[in-house]
Amino acid sequence: MNPKPDNKNRLSLFGLLGLVISRDLMLAMRRRADVLTTLIFFVMVVSLFPLGVGPEVDMLRKMAPGVVWVAALLSSMLSLNRMFSADYIDGTLEQMLLAPQSMSVLVLGKILAHWMLSGLPLMLMAPVLGLQFDMSGQALWVLVVSLLLGTPILSMVGAVGAALTLGLRGGGVLVSLLVLPLCIPVLIFGTGAVEAVTSGMEIASHLSLLGALLVLAFAFTPWVTAMALRISME
Amino acid sequence: MAINWFKYSAPSTFYWLAGKLAPWFAWPSAVLFAVGLYIGFFVAPTDAQQSEAYRIIFLHVPASIMSMFIYLVMACYAAVGLIFNTRLSSMMASALAPTGALFAFISLWTGALWGKPMWGTWWVWDARLTSELILLFLYFGFIALHASIDDPRRADRASALLAIIGSVNVPIIYFSVKWWNTLHQGSTVKFTGTSMHAAMQQAMFTVLVACWFYAIAVALARVRSIILERERNTQWVAELPEARS
Repeated sequence: MNPKPDNKNRLSLFGLLGLVISRDLMLAMRRRADVLTTLIFFVMVVSLFPLGVGPEVDMLRKMAPGVVWVAALLSSMLSLNRMFSADYIDGTLEQMLLAPQSMSVLVLGKILAHWMLSGLPLMLMAPVLGLQFDMSGQALWVLVVSLLLGTPILSMVGAVGAALTLGLRGGGVLVSLLVLPLCIPVLIFGTGAVEAVTSGMEIASHLSLLGALLVLAFAFTPWVTAMALRISME
Repeated sequence: MAINWFKYSAPSTFYWLAGKLAPWFAWPSAVLFAVGLYIGFFVAPTDAQQSEAYRIIFLHVPASIMSMFIYLVMACYAAVGLIFNTRLSSMMASALAPTGALFAFISLWTGALWGKPMWGTWWVWDARLTSELILLFLYFGFIALHASIDDPRRADRASALLAIIGSVNVPIIYFSVKWWNTLHQGSTVKFTGTSMHAAMQQAMFTVLVACWFYAIAVALARVRSIILERERNTQWVAELPEARS
């Protein structure tokens, strides 16, 4: 009756990506507390540092990029468990694996949604925290740009760890143990860019390297995550 | 004559082979350790700049080389296990991990002992030290992931993927840390025009080979235990003389 393939019901890759992202965002909006907890954790960790090391402005200004970056790293670890666990428990993830569409694209959608819920708020919050540390306007801009380039990498590498530790005992601590060492280059180049601008040096090299890492992660991690999910689900 | 190369890819046959081979690596390793350390401590001359303290190099450098080399070998075994679905390769990978972590730890430990008289501190945030520390973390991650998954096949595959990601990441980490800060002295061992005395070189390479043989012997002994543990419900294990007693 219908020899031609039914194109109306076929999803394009971008359509699929949009669907996954909007679904994850909608789910997160139904439970806003989860997203806010991560953000509050970030603010709290950053605010603890001046209390721990003393209120001298010169020292605070110097350590600000490192503190903000390490706090961003930790709070993105905190939210990694949420990326797949709810879908794993209610069986959605199994249906996704069975779907005819590419698993890598599905995973990429989930990673992007995770970044919008964890990385993006951190990035928007960072300048306010930077002001607490008396950072200059220029340094704040570089901090935001480095976070914009770096936090997606944290979500992407974190996705691999989250997929590998899916449904394990003590998965939360384990995922940090696996992912944090792999995130060290991001930390180095992210803080390096901010330190370079405060000491009047060239920042393009740091940001280019961050960009290169982002492209590399973008190319490989969705595919590796899909593979890790297959291993965890079989 | 056709040799059946796949005969020893079965755990039941490899168990026997590993048991036969392990002493052949263990004893030469012990002898080479003794010879290498003797040359290192008694034959090699005193260094002009670093006096006697430099002698720790004879353990430090082989341990560092082995820690990196074992990670690579482990990742290769893990990749073979993941791609061809061979059980024994994955068992070898998990047998190598603790030895690699041990060498990484020895390398850091001796490095600290060497750094104190030379640089005046136990630890500096230098590129090589930091990447060695991160390598130790990568080993810990591999072991922890393997230990926390109950199903051994899933554990093999998940940690194999982690080992491969880690081996891709090691150069990235190394260069990022290197550009970040460098204090460590340049490479002492060069393939052309080395600056070392011949006796020092002999001692170092002898200990390196000793460490290598040690790693093989220990990995073979450990893989035997892993095979026994995984295959404990099979017929051939029940028929082993050591299992019956």
